[in-house]
Amino acid sequence: MISYKCVRPILAAALLTSGLASTGAVAQEQSVLRVVPYADLRNLDPVWTTAIITRHHAYMIYDTLFGLNEQLEPQPQMVADYEVSEDGLTYTFNLREGLTFHDGAPVTTADVIASIKRWEARDNAGGALAEVTESLTAVDDDTFELTLNTPYGLVLESFSALTGPFIMPESVASTDPFEQVQSHIGSGPFVFNEEEWVPGNKVVYDKFEDYVPREEAPSGAAGGKIAKVDRVEWLYLPDPGTAMSALLNNEVDYWEAPPVDLVPVMEADPNVSVDVQDPFGLIVLLRPNHLYPPFDKKEVRQALAYMVDQSEYMTAMVGDPKYWQTCPSVMMCGTPTETSAGGAERMVTSDMAKAQELIDQAYDGETVVVMHPTDHPSGPAALITAAKLRELGVKVELQAMDWATLTSRRASKNPPNEGGWSIFHTRTGLGAASPIEHSGVAAGETAWFGWPENEKIEELRIAWGREADAEKRKAIMDELSAEIMDYGSFVMLGQYQMPSAWRANVSGVVKGPILGFWNIEKQ
Amino acid sequence: MLAYAVRRLIATIPVLFIVAVLIFMLLHLGPNDPAAVIAGDFAQPEHIERIRQQLGLDQPLYAQFFDWIWRVLQGDLGASIYNQQPVLNLVLQRAEPTIALTLSTISFAVIVGIPMGVLAAWKAGSIVDRVVMVLAVTGFSLPVFVLGYILVYVFALNLQLLPVQGYVSYKDGLVPFFRSLVLPTLSLGMIYVALIARMTRASVIEVLNQDYIRTARAKGLSTPPILLIHALKNAAIPIVTTIGLGIALLISGVVVTETVFAIPGVGRLTVDAIVRKDYPVIQGVLLIFTVVYVLLNLLVDLSYSLFDPRIRYQG
Repeated sequence: MISYKCVRPILAAALLTSGLASTGAVAQEQSVLRVVPYADLRNLDPVWTTAIITRHHAYMIYDTLFGLNEQLEPQPQMVADYEVSEDGLTYTFNLREGLTFHDGAPVTTADVIASIKRWEARDNAGGALAEVTESLTAVDDDTFELTLNTPYGLVLESFSALTGPFIMPESVASTDPFEQVQSHIGSGPFVFNEEEWVPGNKVVYDKFEDYVPREEAPSGAAGGKIAKVDRVEWLYLPDPGTAMSALLNNEVDYWEAPPVDLVPVMEADPNVSVDVQDPFGLIVLLRPNHLYPPFDKKEVRQALAYMVDQSEYMTAMVGDPKYWQTCPSVMMCGTPTETSAGGAERMVTSDMAKAQELIDQAYDGETVVVMHPTDHPSGPAALITAAKLRELGVKVELQAMDWATLTSRRASKNPPNEGGWSIFHTRTGLGAASPIEHSGVAAGETAWFGWPENEKIEELRIAWGREADAEKRKAIMDELSAEIMDYGSFVMLGQYQMPSAWRANVSGVVKGPILGFWNIEKQ
Repeated sequence: MLAYAVRRLIATIPVLFIVAVLIFMLLHLGPNDPAAVIAGDFAQPEHIERIRQQLGLDQPLYAQFFDWIWRVLQGDLGASIYNQQPVLNLVLQRAEPTIALTLSTISFAVIVGIPMGVLAAWKAGSIVDRVVMVLAVTGFSLPVFVLGYILVYVFALNLQLLPVQGYVSYKDGLVPFFRSLVLPTLSLGMIYVALIARMTRASVIEVLNQDYIRTARAKGLSTPPILLIHALKNAAIPIVTTIGLGIALLISGVVVTETVFAIPGVGRLTVDAIVRKDYPVIQGVLLIFTVVYVLLNLLVDLSYSLFDPRIRYQG
């Protein structure tokens, strides 16, 4: 009997001679890194949308004034050096020499100022900086000056925010911040290949030959961004089974976010490496709607913090404990703002007796509408919350929907029984390390969905941003945490990291909170 | 026949209008707000409102509808509200993979399904018939994505003969083009092989009992000409109907296959647009699907006279 082992070489030889086995022909001509990103790139303008995939795209083609390194410290990027006046009100920045856009035009301070202004109109960190800005002026083509109307401790942190500002040519950056830019020219390490872009399928980036990298080693979003491959292709493979097969079959080189339950299969293959690229990962939040009963009452909101057991949520959402941690803090754990002040550790394990006591005090039998996104990682969290609330005797209506519907519905200020809602869950990244950027913290005019109103939280949030002294800032953060816990703005449900997988012949993956493809080599 | 075809084409206009109204109403009466999806997870509520205004979604529903219809009448299907690409360009960009997959699947189904059906009819009641029918039922029952994964496991991961995913245009070489189509065609085609085989078997068995077949046999004709010339041609109308409807269904029904094999076709474009509430793309694609469906039905009707000269169309 002829075994498959005997037949396989013959088949392979036949295919080779007939030209059937042509995979990799292009790769021999130029080095191509094929990447499966976590989502499809739908919009190209990082100011127009807060979508994380668009942020990934922005880091490929744009450069930033400062960048956060692996330790979350702002490091100069496009800026060569800077000075701060003695009163802390004037910052003078000098741009590096040799910075050019992809069309060959030099990067000037006019481009930088226009990009900052457009970013300030949309971004939380940018908006906060704009409030304390007296003037932003160009001294010459390479030097610009920022003058503040009050000392502000977060100038460099703002310019190194993960959400920008990304520097575009002045003509592009002068686009209305509420309209998408039409041109995608940056000065980053890769050039967006618009001709080969197939929305929903493929995004192509070519190496920018004239990019002048910094001399420091790459670290997070900072340091030398040296493109070591000629071309990066993002292939959107929505089906995890297909993406895994493609990686195992050497058709793609890097998979950004494989589901944790597929990790053991890939770990078993010696040609595949699995590791966490972003050590900070994501936190998961439960957000109640403060406008309507029962969560307009502080005691009912407080009951939520006593009710939750983060291990239950993390086990349901992530599974393997290697990739999640409990987090006794209202801010992201492992960052400088982590604090358990105000009893934040109560969110880690469940105290149903205390939760029941608070519910008995303030709950009047209203129906709670929990939005359950069936196509989003936070879906299991909604099921657990609903079950826990029912255990406390709360009437719950669990409404299943897709994530797109949830994002539409949560913007509604209608009562829960008229198209509104009571609770939703979501996840957020490193922005949750700053009370200025953390979506759940704001409790005034700029409050996120759920619309909490608390003057003290707003005062402390602003005071934290304006305080330059690290110790005093820590004290403000503790006070802010205590107020958030007492007020019940939101509940932390845990923190987790997403593993990434890449072929063993890929090296130089830069760890940090953003996904960049500089420094990566493919043997 | 020409007058009949023209009359049928004119009759599609009210159909298209009704479809347009239904599509628009179904999409816009839902609870979805593309502005919120566009703005991203951490957008401020007032930013979402600004985007809604910019997209014209704050206008009354009738104003949005008439604006859309007016542009469609001028041949403008609009642009995606996400990436701002014209809908027609997006469809044309995705048409090639879908058409290639549809044609390869239907060719495979016809080439395999019709002989299987004829064979089963000829040997009706025998073990051959039963084997063919078991295969047909299996092909019909096996979900596309299950078969797809099995084929990927065997031919791509294990034997490493074919790619797991992706589509290669014929412009980039015929061999890679056919390679990229083999597994999707096999997984999608099994259902249509089963459908055509069963339909062929039933039609041919019915024809084989007709008097003229008995006459042919009495005249001493051998089995092949009886089956292929007399029986199959007279059994063709239901088979052609099945194939025609199959093509129409395939064009809109390749979504799962396109997803499993990561083929950038029209099916995936439609599903992606529905998931993200990209109204102009959903409306445009569904309108195009409707036109294609109506035209294919017309072609099937017109083809009847080729197989049965007794059928004549009155102007």
